[in-house]
Amino acid sequence: MAEIKVAREPLFHIVKRPNIPVWKKLLYYAIAIVAALIISAVFCAISSDVGDFGDFFKYLFEGVIGTEMRIWLFFREGMLLLGVALALLPAFKMKFWNLGANGQVVISCLVSYAVMFYFGKEGGSSNATVIVIMIVASISASILWAVIPAIFKAFFNTNETLFTLMMNYIAEGLVLLMIKVWAPSGSGSLDPIPDFGLIDIGNVYLLTITVVAIISVFSYFYLNKSKHGYELSVVGESVNTAKYAGMNVKKIVIRTMVLSGAICGIIGLLLTGNINHSVHSTMHGNMGFTAIIATWLAQFNPLTTIGTCFLITFISRGMNFVKIKFHFYDTSIVNVVIGFTYFFIIACSFFISYKLIFKKKEKKAMPTDFMVDGSQAETVAEKPATKTKSNKKGVKNND
Amino acid sequence: MTDLLVAAISLSAVFLFGCVGEIITEKGGNLNLGIPGIMCMGAAGGCWCVSLYMNNFNANPVGVLLILFSIFGAVVFAMFAGLIYSFLTTTLKCNQNITGLATTIFGTGFTQFFMTNFADVSHYDAASKIIAAKLSFAEDLGWFGKVFLNYGVLTYIAIAIAICTALFLNRTKHGLHLRAVGENPATADATGINVSLYKYGAILIGSGVAGLGGFFYIMDYIGGSWENAATIEAFGWLSVALVIFTLWRPLFSILGSIIFAMFYIFAFKITGISQVGTKAIELLPYIITIIVLIFTSIFGKKNVQPPASLGLNYFREDR
Repeated sequence: MAEIKVAREPLFHIVKRPNIPVWKKLLYYAIAIVAALIISAVFCAISSDVGDFGDFFKYLFEGVIGTEMRIWLFFREGMLLLGVALALLPAFKMKFWNLGANGQVVISCLVSYAVMFYFGKEGGSSNATVIVIMIVASISASILWAVIPAIFKAFFNTNETLFTLMMNYIAEGLVLLMIKVWAPSGSGSLDPIPDFGLIDIGNVYLLTITVVAIISVFSYFYLNKSKHGYELSVVGESVNTAKYAGMNVKKIVIRTMVLSGAICGIIGLLLTGNINHSVHSTMHGNMGFTAIIATWLAQFNPLTTIGTCFLITFISRGMNFVKIKFHFYDTSIVNVVIGFTYFFIIACSFFISYKLIFKKKEKKAMPTDFMVDGSQAETVAEKPATKTKSNKKGVKNND
Repeated sequence: MTDLLVAAISLSAVFLFGCVGEIITEKGGNLNLGIPGIMCMGAAGGCWCVSLYMNNFNANPVGVLLILFSIFGAVVFAMFAGLIYSFLTTTLKCNQNITGLATTIFGTGFTQFFMTNFADVSHYDAASKIIAAKLSFAEDLGWFGKVFLNYGVLTYIAIAIAICTALFLNRTKHGLHLRAVGENPATADATGINVSLYKYGAILIGSGVAGLGGFFYIMDYIGGSWENAATIEAFGWLSVALVIFTLWRPLFSILGSIIFAMFYIFAFKITGISQVGTKAIELLPYIITIIVLIFTSIFGKKNVQPPASLGLNYFREDR
């Protein structure tokens, strides 16, 4: 008998999943997050002298929902991050990699402060005037920051990833520059201007929460129910399809980035005009990058983005409390834990879009196959051509 | 002018390591936005090994061993971060931009955390003097010695790596295979090239090289101070931009990194201007980068385009 020689098959192979039930998806994400937190807890417990594994989870929750103020702060921070994420959503749906949200937020903060400084503190205008000028000026500045890369992308296909990234550093640099102008002998920080700025509603948190809530509703309808939203998703899928359908791609790119910049501008306005009344170069709190990951995890769905933003805010706020309780000296541990979480969730996305099919045990089936083939060979010996086709590779038939 | 050039070259290795590392990675079709984090990791690994070595052999450190050991540490740490990135993007086919950003967030955070908690900075001054040691007779050779022989060993390693990379990419079979993977992985796969292997190799080696950039900055340029470590992230982003500036060519990147370094130190070298003026000049490298981006996109010809499949993951069963 000739020996059957089969090439060694890999242990498993990867296929794309057509779709996955929502509960399964959520389950996978939950497993990933819990795994990341367990590893983080072990990591923190080993590195710290004072805390242990159980304390990690206790403080994580205590830091977010321990007091009423912390809950409010959690909501406000989550909403701010959600705002930035909603600014990025339309751009990303269009496959325009806007890494410049940090800069767009900070430039809006800077202009808000400039208006409060020149019109309010130095110019003596009323707060109402300051508010109106501040809203217009800061949002315009942010739009400008977003639209410059968009114009070059639309007309010359300039790499937007690095362009927007560089705009971040220019915005931060301008803040440092203006701090030197406003406080030449200072320690590099500005005095807040508490007398001017947006008016609180209810308490100090509600204005931000309300404004972002309105933006969320707007974004949902804009992306899912409007012609603009449809057009930008077509551009994201295929620029050529959009062109053949008669869409003006350049206009869509620029228009979408105006919207993206405007929302970032509103966030910056809230940060300086309502929350801090001051400005520094890292006032964005790296939300621009965090929001990128939040929107991507949500697969560019506005509703899911709410969940991912609050999840990330939960971990970062909780970790800030763990950090204090575990006696870590700087905030870097927060980034380590958030980094762990990202890696796990990113890896988890693989199991959502692909599945592994493991090799079935077929060794035992092989000889019987061969027998069947062999017996057939005797009965239909007249047609050798068709037989060889049906046989396994490497099996000689006529021996 | 000579002074400015010398100062620029002495900083340029930071950009050069980062840029060449990213070029190797991008030639394999992976846009690694984790380079800033990976450079930080390299700094942490190298510095940690310096601490280990100096604590044990403080009395009589052997320069060559110290340098080799710390380079080993820098490369291993950077490769670890690169391994996470390559596993997620190559094996698990996750989005490269997102994974890169996560790597940067993790890398910068981990580095800061690791250094504040585990590293012993007490001997960094002494170690830096050994690592950044220059030839003693360089100054005596006039302008030639000053411009060409006046740097620590890491600067020459950076230039050597850039030249080797250029030779590897353009003159060897494996370099050709790597470029094929970056241009069209499906075709490369069809000709029997192991796409995953090349991608892993490119990302890991690229990360290792980039990691040396962070290590160089701390131990050579800054002289062993850990205070300004956050700057490495900005250097990382500039290195990624430098890749476009140099049109994906390692030899150009030697010159490009010197030019970038010159813009960067310009602000500190000019005297007699106000603080506001200094801050304005500090914006220059970023503005120049943008101008370069625009110019290459407007006047870029076919042969200076990025690898065709840059940023896209390869899944064999995709159509």
